[in-house]
Amino acid sequence: MQETLARWQFGFVTVNHFFFVPVTIGLALLTAMLQTSWYRRKSPEYLRLTRFFGTLLVINVAIGVVTGLVQEFQFGMNWSAYSRLVGNVFGAPLAMEGLAAFFLESTFLGLWLFGWDKLSRRVHLATIWLVFLGSVLSAAFIMAANSWMQHPVGYVMVHGNPQLNDIWALFTNPVFVWGYTKVVLAAIVTGASVMLAVSAWQLRRGGDRAVFAIPARLSLAVLVPAILLTMLVGDELGVIEATYQPMKIAAAEAQWTTCQPCSFSLFQIGGGNNDQTPTEIIAIPHLLSLLATNHWNGKVVGLDPLQSQYSKQYGPGYYVPNVFIQYWGMRVMAYLALIVTLVGLWGLLLARRKKLATSRVFLWCAQWMVILPFLINTAGWFLTESGRQPWIVQGIMLTKNGLSPSVSTTWLVISLTVFVLLYASLGTVDLILMLRYSRKQLEPPHAEPDVEAPVPAVQY
Amino acid sequence: MALVPFWFILITILWTGFFILEGFDLGVGMLHAVVGRDEAGRRAVINTIGPLWDGNEVWLIVAGAAMFAAFPGWYATMFSGMYLALVILLCGLILRGVSFEYRGKDPSRRWRGFWSWALIAGSFIVPLVIGIALGDLLHGLPIDSSHEYTGTFWDLFQPYAILTGIMLVSLCLLHGATFITMKTTDELRRRAWRIGRQVSPVTGLLVLAWVAWTHVSAHEGAFLNIIELIAALSVLAAVWEVWGEHQGLAFTATTVTIASCIVTLFVDLYPNLMVSSTNPAYSLTAHNSASPSYTLNVMTVVSVILLPVVLAYTAWTYYVFRRRVSASQFRPAAAAPMPRGPSDTSGPQAVAAGSRSAGTAPGTAPASAQAPAPAGSRRGRHRHWRGGTR
Repeated sequence: MQETLARWQFGFVTVNHFFFVPVTIGLALLTAMLQTSWYRRKSPEYLRLTRFFGTLLVINVAIGVVTGLVQEFQFGMNWSAYSRLVGNVFGAPLAMEGLAAFFLESTFLGLWLFGWDKLSRRVHLATIWLVFLGSVLSAAFIMAANSWMQHPVGYVMVHGNPQLNDIWALFTNPVFVWGYTKVVLAAIVTGASVMLAVSAWQLRRGGDRAVFAIPARLSLAVLVPAILLTMLVGDELGVIEATYQPMKIAAAEAQWTTCQPCSFSLFQIGGGNNDQTPTEIIAIPHLLSLLATNHWNGKVVGLDPLQSQYSKQYGPGYYVPNVFIQYWGMRVMAYLALIVTLVGLWGLLLARRKKLATSRVFLWCAQWMVILPFLINTAGWFLTESGRQPWIVQGIMLTKNGLSPSVSTTWLVISLTVFVLLYASLGTVDLILMLRYSRKQLEPPHAEPDVEAPVPAVQY
Repeated sequence: MALVPFWFILITILWTGFFILEGFDLGVGMLHAVVGRDEAGRRAVINTIGPLWDGNEVWLIVAGAAMFAAFPGWYATMFSGMYLALVILLCGLILRGVSFEYRGKDPSRRWRGFWSWALIAGSFIVPLVIGIALGDLLHGLPIDSSHEYTGTFWDLFQPYAILTGIMLVSLCLLHGATFITMKTTDELRRRAWRIGRQVSPVTGLLVLAWVAWTHVSAHEGAFLNIIELIAALSVLAAVWEVWGEHQGLAFTATTVTIASCIVTLFVDLYPNLMVSSTNPAYSLTAHNSASPSYTLNVMTVVSVILLPVVLAYTAWTYYVFRRRVSASQFRPAAAAPMPRGPSDTSGPQAVAAGSRSAGTAPGTAPASAQAPAPAGSRRGRHRHWRGGTR
């Protein structure tokens, strides 16, 4: 019971946190690009757009920061046995994250927001890029910590305790290198989709909102390469995970027996944790072999042989993750990414023909497409984190052994209720504000077309 | 393991830095609705910390993460044992954090009133709960031989811990009030002085009582140690300077007080990290809870390189936002008077601000007094901006 509640709480607050993080990273990059264009061209539209999207960025950062506080506290709160055992490894990147990234991000966001009239244009432009750098750095440190849980490296076991002995190994961990790249790319896809959706809504309203063709083109130009790269990197990450966490990949295809070559089913009926013979719909030959091993005839070890191997290696127990989550997490992620890619390519084609701002069907699609990256991200994290189960640190500690002995079920029920209520209300407020500010008109241009005039600062 | 005491010192520094910086943010949060009587005044008070509070709060995150990395046992026992208290703390931090951002997003009175209350409540909860938590470390909690907390939620509310919490709340109030006197003008400034005068005797008594109790519970002998002495003397100096209305000295005195109180707590705690009231032998100490030396070495290199950089750009930020904020900046343009600088130029900040804006030509630049630009060449070309978007 305690394990279930603690995992639900972790999942709930983490999934919610990760709604805001990718928007922050992606919009910080795109806002910085808009401001760079303004710095170069001095044209007032770019300034107005920078401030428009900067406001959306800041609404998100606020809630991203406060939900991040919960993330840092809850390792100790709910997973104290885990924290005690691996703090010397896992805590190190977290402390570095604070020192190297959080200070940078928060301080320079304050400077950017309130410094419009106090800093020279060059320095002020640098502050938004430093905000982006801070957000990307923070993702790097937390991903290094997370990758260590997926594939522990750089440690020795001393009396049954893992002790860090090579900090560089954490940052050269292949799971980190590919996983981190994928997370940053996915964040950029998310931010670009938000910008595209807002621009599409504005363009559909017409009138003097034609200026939103600029961010629509910019977000498409960022979105399409980013989503294509995400899928390439994701493919490589799949191969790496198949090496270090074979259970994860075997479960993602519900592959109970070893196969060579392996096909990939588009859908299945039945399946899940107890049904080993689901009805596969449209199996594509060789595709799983390619995805998991990069070879046409690669071998994928099935769940049953892996289970007997793990039982011998780690003692009796059930080592198969939730197959239903793995199978559908993988497919939701991949299929929705495909839709995003197609819409993105369609948009680029329209932009080339200079019909982007007038194609109402496309604008409608682009507007609603904004939901997809959030579903993709969530599905991706389910695939990664649920696929690690039953381990909290692969091969070192089981999730059920990482819990806090002093935390009672009552405490967990109280905290989970509090977090659900708090996050639901804050999420609603955030959504309302995002929608309202997305639908605003641009700020009016300055009274005089004096490009050298200082820009007024933002105030609370 | 010479690095173990070093890391204890570093964590003390991080907590101290948090309370010095976030201390006045919390005070400003609690006081903003009292110092600012109208919407313009409240916005002005909130904007004194607008660009700063987010960076200040990172000190807390880093302090927590440093405990995790350097003393995993401390982080594990404390955070799991104080579970529900930390849920309350997180609610306070969350409400407070979003209230800054969301308050200005809608002009309606109910909306702003709601977020003002969230800001006040959050700013009150944070120092109270952290104070109780830190007090508990020193006073002792039921902890068993495997370093697990065995008490209930109510066991956290020991008299000494509650005093620590209340003392920190009142110290944050005074610290915030002296900060506002340095960063605002006219009636906001006068009201902050008045609140400071009212709060200071209470704060003084609380700090003196807390120092005495801390001294006794840490069994430090007959005489106060040097840090305890500094805490006691600096709070008296703070009361004196607040009544004398010396803004720079008053703020310095509250800074020293809040810093020396936190340092006192950690100095008297060492070498323990969490005292066990079940059996002193079960206490968590710096040595039985520390990470192995490799981790400490790595973290030492990282923090020795990064902390000075962080301090440098933090200091620069404070320099960039050194100017006073006045309520008139937030009133409609026609009504805005044009102060040529702060009404009182006694403090070092005010002198800098005053000398810079002395050359402002009022007729050509109605907005320049509201948000003077640092670069002289641009000063005359300010355009008015209705700061109404946030």
